[in-house]
Amino acid sequence: MLLFLVLCPIVAAILIVLGTPARLTALIAAIANFLVTLFLFARFDQVAAGFQFVTSFLVSADWQIHLAFGIDGLSLFMLLLATIVTVAAVWFAGKIDNSERAFYACLLFISAGAIGAFASIDLFFFYAFHELALIPTFLLIGIWGTGNRTAAAWKITIYLTLGSFVLLIGLILLYQSFSPLERSFDIRELQEAVAVHPIAAAEQRHIYLLLLIGFGILISLFPFHSWAPDAYASAPAPAAMLHAGVLKKFGVYGLLRLVTPMLPQGAHYWMYLLAILLLGNIIYIGLVTIAQKQLDWMLGYSSVMHMGYIFLGIASANILGVTGAAALIFAHGLSIALLFAIAGQIRNRTGTLAFSELGGLAKVMPFAGLAFGFATFAAIGLPGFANFASEIMIFFGAIRNGWSMERFHIFQIATMLALWGVVISTVYMLRAYRSIFMGAINERRTKIVDLAYDLRIPVALLIGALIWFGFFPQTFVRMVTPAFRTYFTAAK
Amino acid sequence: MSAPYLEAAVLVLGLAILMFETFADRLDKKIFAYACIIGLAVILVASFFIQRQAGSQPQTGLWRFYISDQLSIFFKQFSLITTILVLVMMIDYAPAIRKIDERASRNIADFFSLPLLTCAGLMYLVSAIDFIFIFVALELVTISFFVLVSFPRRNPIALEAGVKYLILGALSTAFLVYGITWIFGVTGETNLQRITAAFAGGRIDNQAATFGAVLVLVGLGFKIAAVPFQIWVPDVYQGAPTPVTAFLSVGSKAAGFVVLLRVLRPFLMLPNMQRLIVIIALLTLIYGNLAALPQNNLKRLLGYSSIAHGGYLLIGVACFDGQAVTFYLVAYLLMTLLSFAVLIIVAQQTGEQISDFDGLAKRSPFLSFAMLIAMVSLAGLPFTAGFVGKFLIFFVALDKQQTPLVVVGIITVACGFYYYLKVVRAMYWQPGPSNQAVSISLLSRTMMILLISAIFVFGVYPQPILDALKR
Repeated sequence: MLLFLVLCPIVAAILIVLGTPARLTALIAAIANFLVTLFLFARFDQVAAGFQFVTSFLVSADWQIHLAFGIDGLSLFMLLLATIVTVAAVWFAGKIDNSERAFYACLLFISAGAIGAFASIDLFFFYAFHELALIPTFLLIGIWGTGNRTAAAWKITIYLTLGSFVLLIGLILLYQSFSPLERSFDIRELQEAVAVHPIAAAEQRHIYLLLLIGFGILISLFPFHSWAPDAYASAPAPAAMLHAGVLKKFGVYGLLRLVTPMLPQGAHYWMYLLAILLLGNIIYIGLVTIAQKQLDWMLGYSSVMHMGYIFLGIASANILGVTGAAALIFAHGLSIALLFAIAGQIRNRTGTLAFSELGGLAKVMPFAGLAFGFATFAAIGLPGFANFASEIMIFFGAIRNGWSMERFHIFQIATMLALWGVVISTVYMLRAYRSIFMGAINERRTKIVDLAYDLRIPVALLIGALIWFGFFPQTFVRMVTPAFRTYFTAAK
Repeated sequence: MSAPYLEAAVLVLGLAILMFETFADRLDKKIFAYACIIGLAVILVASFFIQRQAGSQPQTGLWRFYISDQLSIFFKQFSLITTILVLVMMIDYAPAIRKIDERASRNIADFFSLPLLTCAGLMYLVSAIDFIFIFVALELVTISFFVLVSFPRRNPIALEAGVKYLILGALSTAFLVYGITWIFGVTGETNLQRITAAFAGGRIDNQAATFGAVLVLVGLGFKIAAVPFQIWVPDVYQGAPTPVTAFLSVGSKAAGFVVLLRVLRPFLMLPNMQRLIVIIALLTLIYGNLAALPQNNLKRLLGYSSIAHGGYLLIGVACFDGQAVTFYLVAYLLMTLLSFAVLIIVAQQTGEQISDFDGLAKRSPFLSFAMLIAMVSLAGLPFTAGFVGKFLIFFVALDKQQTPLVVVGIITVACGFYYYLKVVRAMYWQPGPSNQAVSISLLSRTMMILLISAIFVFGVYPQPILDALKR
């Protein structure tokens, strides 16, 4: 099943290059993947701990590297996120004027890379699949991008390469920190080994720092964030949806999957550093976001800012905060994908995303306005959306970290400041909504048509998932917590 | 059958074709190239049935300077495959020689048969365990390369390349011989195993031995183009006929590294030797990658990139890990030859500048895809052989705690992505001057498909290469 999930987009991409109708093939592959994921949900055993649906092929006997796939509750939700956003991205892509085949093939390769990384339980392929998306992203931004696309394409590619090679070094060091008998590329075996013999504290420190920088560059942790706004502003909307919504989440997924369980002392040692950096994400980038004058840049910065909350959840190092972080990954991926999708549609129709030139679009694009409004509320974190449920878990989890009655720990202060981030995001999101959809409409734009009728399906899919997990977060939490509970109890 | 027959067969084949060519004026000269390819393919098949030398075998006669262990047989096959692929490229390149030097193209059959002599030299070299034999084999390689590099000699650029290569090659040989003399003076031996024993015995003059070892390293440094002995590379690579450049950058480099691994076994017993290699590796990485950044000529870019890859290989050498070095060399063979093969075909239509690749994706999707794979593999993207090579290299470097090498390696990898992706950018998103399709012969197309598949297969399933060294 999991092998099908990974291979389906790749095979579809090859078929597209060979000559089948591009859009249709991509759409079929994306929907097939989505349905398979739903099927996995139905068959998933919620009670059992550990990875399910494991398939494994030995690749190197000397190194004991396996091409191994398997999922637990956390990776299942990541797969759901990846497949939903892929469906939406392909659906929103529409007709491409210039080499349509290559465009869809690139999109599918990004999707395959993300799915492969989320489904891998072998360190080598966990890393390798993420890199599969690098060249397609480079080409998507370079060929079909807007604005200063060449510079943006270089920036994201070089930055992410550097980040992922730092990550590679960190992963190799992590592997080597186990005693030779326990060494394995299999994440399951590593987790078992760590439960018996924790890694030495001194080693945890420098491995944690390397992994934090490596993953941090991929996630756009402050101050390694500067690639993200440029790239998302220039990328074509489907690429931005997939990258900001899914691929960037690989880094946080890696932190949750590897770093939190295996390097608790390292995390404790660097807690203050991480608290300061994540406040940089929330407060500093939040203020930068308010200053943006274009929607695409604003969304790019806002996606950087929201990573701060996820880091806050991870840093809180208790089951509540970490579950919240996992939930926010999911919720943010959906909401940012919807925002980028609508932004792309607006750009197609008006040719600009500058706030000063837009206005009153709700009159001609009521459905787009509605969808954007929903996504705005979700991004702010209004109750009823999955973002609210996850942020509240993060805040409660974070404030409990290092709690004592006598004084405020740095984490209580960080949580206070992070709460102000909600106000900041309210300011910029509502301002954006007002200046795009409210007010008087430019006369040239009265002929603009609303979103195509069939696009309501992906929009409904995204909003539906956001609302479902907003009202019933328990469905999410119940499946994800077993993955965390094992090692958080083990740590105590 | 034992191993030395392989070299003998290659030599006989080369000489036979040279002689036969003299008396066959009327034949289409390409026939000789096909004959060479078929002959080498037969020898390649035969090489899989070679008896390996048992470890306990007494060292008498030939076996005092010749070894047929797993490493050497593997690299004999490596040389044969390289030569076959280079010959395929030479067939594609023949019209270009006619363009730049009409008279040389009349002797084009020499151009096809000389690589056989080089190949025999490379095969001897990887088996050599005696300094005298190393020297003789190396000269066989180098001298045949002198001729190949300046084959279109009425063309001033090729001539310049030939002269530069000749002078610096001679200089490096002088260093090598002088170093060998010193080591002989210290130990009274030329056989590597006995030199090892003598060094280990400790009753030698360490300073004199170190001096000799450093001189040998200088000589080998020229062959593998390690900094600071790389000055000849860009000009020679750019001026030589492109298939010869490919041959130089793969065949002669691989043989150089095998020799380096062999001579390091005794040398690493000397003080400071590992530190010296680490420093050379650092310089090579930094220089190769930085100098490649501003290049606009693809052939020159590949020249600098071959220096850069020499740097990664030297990381493996500094950690003395034969497995990582071997795998990296295999990956390097695949991706470098693939990029040169594409370059030869595209250069005949437009040129060798990177800007000549503009819009190639429209003109020939197949060629641009092949080049894309070669470039991302050179850059080190997962699922290609190039990544597994880099992974193994970084793994052993971290295992041996060579932190400076790792740090510099990471930064230079990021540099590498820039200059390799420049080519990708030209092919895919720069508008091209014309939409004229590029024609590819069936043979080259087959070769490229094989290379591409090998890059992917070894990128996901590296085990066969690791096994080949163990049997």
